[in-house]
Amino acid sequence: MDKFSTHTGIGVPLRQSNVDTDQIIPAVYLKRITRTGFEDALFSSWRKNPEFILNQEPYKAGSVLVAGADFGTGSSREHAVWALKDYGFKAVLSSRFADIFRGNSGKQGLVAAEVAQDDIELIWKVLENAPGTEVTVDLVAKMVTAGTVVAPFQIDDYTRWRLLEGLDDIGLTLRDEPAITAFEATRPSFKPTTLPAKS
Amino acid sequence: MTEATTPDAHDSAQAPTVSTTTARKTAKTLAEKVWRDHVVKQGEGDGDAAQPDLLYIDLHLIHEVTSPQAFEGLRLAGRPLRRPDLTIATEDHNTPTLAIDKPIADLTSRTQIQTLRNNCAEFGVRLHSLGDAEQGIVHVVGPQLGLTQPGMTVVCGDSHTSTHGAVGALAFGIGTSEVEHVMATQTLPLKPFKTMAINVEGSLRPGVTSKDIILAIIAKIGTGGGQGYVLEYRGSAIRELSMDARMTVCNMSIEAGARAGMIAPDETTFEFLKTRPHAPQGADWDAAVDYWKSLTTEDDAEFDAEVFLDANTLEPFVTWGTNPGQGVSLNDVVPSPEDFGDENAKAAAERALTYMDLEAGTPMKDIRVDTVFLGSCTNSRIEDLRAAADIIRGREKDPNIRMLVVPGSARVRLEAEAEGLDKVFTDFGAEWRFAGCSMCLGMNPDQLEPGERCASTSNRNFEGRQGKGGRTHLVSPVVAAATAIRGTLSSPSDLAPVFASNVA
Repeated sequence: MDKFSTHTGIGVPLRQSNVDTDQIIPAVYLKRITRTGFEDALFSSWRKNPEFILNQEPYKAGSVLVAGADFGTGSSREHAVWALKDYGFKAVLSSRFADIFRGNSGKQGLVAAEVAQDDIELIWKVLENAPGTEVTVDLVAKMVTAGTVVAPFQIDDYTRWRLLEGLDDIGLTLRDEPAITAFEATRPSFKPTTLPAKS
Repeated sequence: MTEATTPDAHDSAQAPTVSTTTARKTAKTLAEKVWRDHVVKQGEGDGDAAQPDLLYIDLHLIHEVTSPQAFEGLRLAGRPLRRPDLTIATEDHNTPTLAIDKPIADLTSRTQIQTLRNNCAEFGVRLHSLGDAEQGIVHVVGPQLGLTQPGMTVVCGDSHTSTHGAVGALAFGIGTSEVEHVMATQTLPLKPFKTMAINVEGSLRPGVTSKDIILAIIAKIGTGGGQGYVLEYRGSAIRELSMDARMTVCNMSIEAGARAGMIAPDETTFEFLKTRPHAPQGADWDAAVDYWKSLTTEDDAEFDAEVFLDANTLEPFVTWGTNPGQGVSLNDVVPSPEDFGDENAKAAAERALTYMDLEAGTPMKDIRVDTVFLGSCTNSRIEDLRAAADIIRGREKDPNIRMLVVPGSARVRLEAEAEGLDKVFTDFGAEWRFAGCSMCLGMNPDQLEPGERCASTSNRNFEGRQGKGGRTHLVSPVVAAATAIRGTLSSPSDLAPVFASNVA
């Protein structure tokens, strides 16, 4: 995973709450077995509408999505994060993220920054009044800047540290391999195993 | 009633967490006990600065959609799958429900299924493929085999993994990076969840089911109300539920924003598990039951939030909008955007009504549907099929309704056929299909047409979920059955009685 410290890019105001993962990427695109190449799938149903924000200049080239509350609800599909990243988004701002989506973002280097709804409203106004305004997401200071609006955001410290360092979770965990093996020795015998199969 | 009402539970969710997290008492809730028993390594630090705990995973369920990139990750890193004996796979999301003996027509679906087969063979994972008697929706298969047991940690790259919480397991959905992490380490780094009690007291009236309980809870706390929490469903109404009905409740925890939902194990649970293929045997069974009996929330344990629901007054529930929190009683009318205080909720309601092609004030029971879908990991178990069959037996289907019945697993299908339920459905004019996720998310050919309206026993009414432009109303199996008869959203109590002579 690449390190992330700060990013500046065009902000895209998505004035909608409950943007579920079926909207971010419909199930039909989940049949692929690759981890990249999902840019065409992002919001594919909404992008058919010429009025949709990502079909308008200069938002089309945006890299910071500013969405309504409860972003990423629904399915666990990490494809939603892949699609956002493949399109070019580096960060999503929302006042509330679905848990699984937030977790998936952290694994993939997409910053899910929790910004108070009042600040989201202010940023929306800035981005709508001056399309193309760049938003800076500063992960070191945990601050987001859009024009004259400067607002703090929340992200849990552990995820922030991993993003800043660009660390791979599996590698970190495998440092504790002896502890895992020791734990396994204490598991009670009544716990089931899948092998061998029983009829 | 809707997401517009600020839920009490959510207020507490926003309250300072200091008192609950740092001063955590010794008395524990069910979720905290299961968590405690799986900590491989405690995270250092407190509060926001806390490192995650490393949690051991007892069972990893796999399906074709969220696993290929994880297997590929292992391969690229040269890592083995640590515990194939704690891993099991099935094919469900893409699988056709007709002509399952023929090659899958959709080439990308076929490739994805074939990829799972290759990966399972390469890494030594047990797989139940299409055509196998144990194939089916991953969340139906696990409990059915008795592989999900009380006090276990269960994960799967699917958000409806919360289903397995019905047996008293801590079960939650994960993304593909986490799938790879569990494959490589059999653990996950996680921060403890907060706990929320969902107290449901009283008794359900006839025609009201566990699906109505969970739809009413989601409408009450909203799609984000459970965010960050494990829900524990408690109270007399929950205790009275069968295992199949409990699974329906826990299944939709994610629709309230919670990753997991749990019900403390009791005699109903033990009875359900006892005869399952993977239930502990002999002395192991006794030891297991002793442990399972300890898995209750202690009387003086405190939840971080509590919600109450009165089962006595609950009516059949149905959604009108495009998220599972947008629901009302079936006897109610389509709400108006003006009913919502907050501007964003108002805009969301307006958008939902446009998408659903509904007018505010229309009685829900006047809404005519085109398709009825009985299936999905929410409501495709044998009791769901029995309940629907009991309603339609001796009655006639509305001629304009298309009804699909998709059992949750091949095993459920066999069981239903042994009871003659397939005959009840086909005589009625419904289609009797093979097992899989099917029209819940339409990854296979079972999809709605644009503009088609569906009464569905599944879990999500998102825009386009069941097919591009499709319109979904979430309902219980008995409401689905009554709707198939009347052609409009209906409850069993709307039906004329069947005379004995009509029942063949």
